[in-house]
Amino acid sequence: MGASQSNSQQGPLNSRQGQAGASEEAPHGRLHRIFDSDIWHSFSHSPITVLSAIITLLFFLAAIFAPLIAPYTPFQAGSLHLMDGFTPPFEQGMSGNFYVFGTDDQGRDVFSAIIYGARISLLVGFCAVLFAMVLGVTLGLIAGYRGGWVDTVIMRIADVQLSFPAILVALLIFGLAKAMIPRDYQENMAIYVLIISIGLSDWVQYARTVRGTTMVEKNREYVQAARVIGVRPAVILFRHVLPNVMGSVLVIATIGLALAIIAEATLSFLGVGVPPTTPSLGTLIRIGNDFLFSGEWWITIFPGIALIMLALSVNLLGDWLRDALNPKLR
Amino acid sequence: MQSRKLLMSLVLGSGLAVASAAQAETLRWASQGDALTLDPHAQNEGPTNTMSLHLHDPLVMRDNDMAIEPGLATSWEAVEETVWEFEIREGVTFHDGSDFTAEDVAFSLNRAGTEPSDFRNYISSIEEVEVVDDTTVHIHTSGPNPILPQQLTQISMMSKAWAEENDVETAQDYASGEENYAVRNAMGTGPYKLESREGDVRTVLVRNDDYWGMDRFPMEVERIVYTPISSDSTRVAALLSGELDFVLDPPVQDLERLEEEGDINIEQGEENRTIFLGLNLREEDSEYDNVEGENPMADKSVREAMYHAIDADTIQRVVMRGRSVPTGTIAPPFINGYPEELDERLAFDQERARELLADAGYEDGFEVTLHCPNDRYINDEAICQAVAGMLGQVGVTVDLNSQTRSLHFQDIGNRETGFYLLGWGVPTFDSEYVFNYLYHTDDGQRGSWNATGFSNDRMDELVQQMGTEVDEERRNEMIAEAWELAQSELVYIPIHLQVLNWATREGVTVPLRADNQPHIATATFND
Repeated sequence: MGASQSNSQQGPLNSRQGQAGASEEAPHGRLHRIFDSDIWHSFSHSPITVLSAIITLLFFLAAIFAPLIAPYTPFQAGSLHLMDGFTPPFEQGMSGNFYVFGTDDQGRDVFSAIIYGARISLLVGFCAVLFAMVLGVTLGLIAGYRGGWVDTVIMRIADVQLSFPAILVALLIFGLAKAMIPRDYQENMAIYVLIISIGLSDWVQYARTVRGTTMVEKNREYVQAARVIGVRPAVILFRHVLPNVMGSVLVIATIGLALAIIAEATLSFLGVGVPPTTPSLGTLIRIGNDFLFSGEWWITIFPGIALIMLALSVNLLGDWLRDALNPKLR
Repeated sequence: MQSRKLLMSLVLGSGLAVASAAQAETLRWASQGDALTLDPHAQNEGPTNTMSLHLHDPLVMRDNDMAIEPGLATSWEAVEETVWEFEIREGVTFHDGSDFTAEDVAFSLNRAGTEPSDFRNYISSIEEVEVVDDTTVHIHTSGPNPILPQQLTQISMMSKAWAEENDVETAQDYASGEENYAVRNAMGTGPYKLESREGDVRTVLVRNDDYWGMDRFPMEVERIVYTPISSDSTRVAALLSGELDFVLDPPVQDLERLEEEGDINIEQGEENRTIFLGLNLREEDSEYDNVEGENPMADKSVREAMYHAIDADTIQRVVMRGRSVPTGTIAPPFINGYPEELDERLAFDQERARELLADAGYEDGFEVTLHCPNDRYINDEAICQAVAGMLGQVGVTVDLNSQTRSLHFQDIGNRETGFYLLGWGVPTFDSEYVFNYLYHTDDGQRGSWNATGFSNDRMDELVQQMGTEVDEERRNEMIAEAWELAQSELVYIPIHLQVLNWATREGVTVPLRADNQPHIATATFND
């Protein structure tokens, strides 16, 4: 990110280029600059976006400070009271504990489970997006800058992969990894395998966008000038071209986060994701699904609502960011 | 001759057509897990035996009330102290049309009795199977064995010629993961023939119209489509939507709902099976706990503490929704020698548990891995989670390793576990079967499911004696003494007796059996 800041004049994020120089001296000015920007204006005048941002922020805070916020520690077997199992929402269990969202079959507090589950979901989503972004941006830069057969090979692979649904690709990679990792390590490795599976299924978007922008940028004067004075291609790519594509990458990444969270939930719901000992929102929904027929709706509904709220908020934020950063829509 | 054949086939054909028009009936049957293998002697395990016994027949059968009745043997008697004579049913053919003879009996019993067959404990008393003539065999036992016929009810008779042709003269070595031809194919004399087999997906059986028991059993079901569905809610949804006719193990949390549905019947009864925890008793260090240099569970007071920590009544109320019977012994009450006066649980007492652990030097507790199946017994994984929670409260941290039952049983078979959940049914309806498999020293012949390492000379002596004792009173005294010993050593921590809930669609009757092994030949359609 250091690279992108030093080149901030070219970045689409900075709408008021004239003030950029001043802000580097005074932090107060920088804050002022943010509140004075077009982006802040468009943000603060869209109530839905503000609401989405607040909800997303709350989820992030809850996930980070889970041990402080959650009333119970749901995944320490020793702390559970089985006799409180299936306590309905807003009721007291037999042990005298109170449960806002009720408890599941093992007497786990559903509210605490959601907080800890969101932590896993966000962690997996975040890391998967980061992984997909690094991979996709790098390959896109190389493909766009080098062109020729390198471009053809990378983009044909991307096309082939794009013809399969992402979840299928993730399932395939997950299955392969499971077959290769010895059984004893599977439980511990599951989360990393999940991150890599989702990441690998999602890099194409980044590669395509970055490649397109790179092909345009590489013929601009500043790139040619850099080339003339003998800057190495890698430096040109990462110091000069990359900052110009970051805007659109950021938009894809935000929407990608919502998709990755949903992909993780889907995999976990199918029972191939994170193990029940460290459940994510998807795992919680799967566990609760077994009790829908018998009327214990709260075990699955609350994690379901949490997942919808999280994915929807992040998605709306991504949508807004895309519009705000698109100069044609201004 | 030619015309007679033609006429015959016409008559037969039209007869079949009438029959199929009247009752072209398919039974769509689901359960949470599949048969582990089709090799009839590889795994002695409920769903696997159930499948085997539809494709094959045993010499001696049990009817739906668990009474002994003739199977492929028409009669049997002890002709000498150590010799049983079995008369073999005549005119029986295998599914490929070849004749079933005494040679096949001898072959099958030998196959089932030698390693790596999982049935060798059943018939460990058999020394030799002598073919007297085509329809008579003499079974020589190492000593007098009064319960030999009861021990033969789960042993499938398979075709010797077929086994030789396909190179499956010995049973599949299941624990090592071996594959052989018999894993996916079968050649028996049973009421149903194998049409297709996709492991863990779908197994289709069709009625054997040449079955010797066509007149004896209703045989109304023409086709069995068996679909394992591991997800509880999917299984229930399929039953409710009419995609299934019979669910062997509907989830307990949904029974109330199912009972309210007008077109679904639930047959309920106690199963001849207990669910319990096995503990590794060996002195040497175990790799499945975090204690270095010793095995905490080798100390009896640690086992006692763990027993005190488990609240079986809460498991019954919450996990099983009242559909189980907490028990103090791993002997089901159905069996001969059931120690009624010993069937009392150690009280649920966390204080006492902590005290005992502290006295044994584990005031800070220890960590141990619990191996658990997640698709074998009713709510097995939930039981293990509950146990993990309860032990956690007294300081024993439990890492749960729950997995599909094929892997779970491999771990037990390979003794790669220090703490595990197991359920045990008793098809012989006699205590000796429990002692033989679960308490006798693991010596390669007996004790094959004794993964605890429990080894007691007196127990071994009693088990061997009760295998050959003909005097019933003296034999029952031995059984009583063995139960006394078993209970006092706390080798296993009993949890409960499983309760069966078979769900069928209205119009289908599958008679309930205490061994949880449906006999589809006796199923009927009443619409």
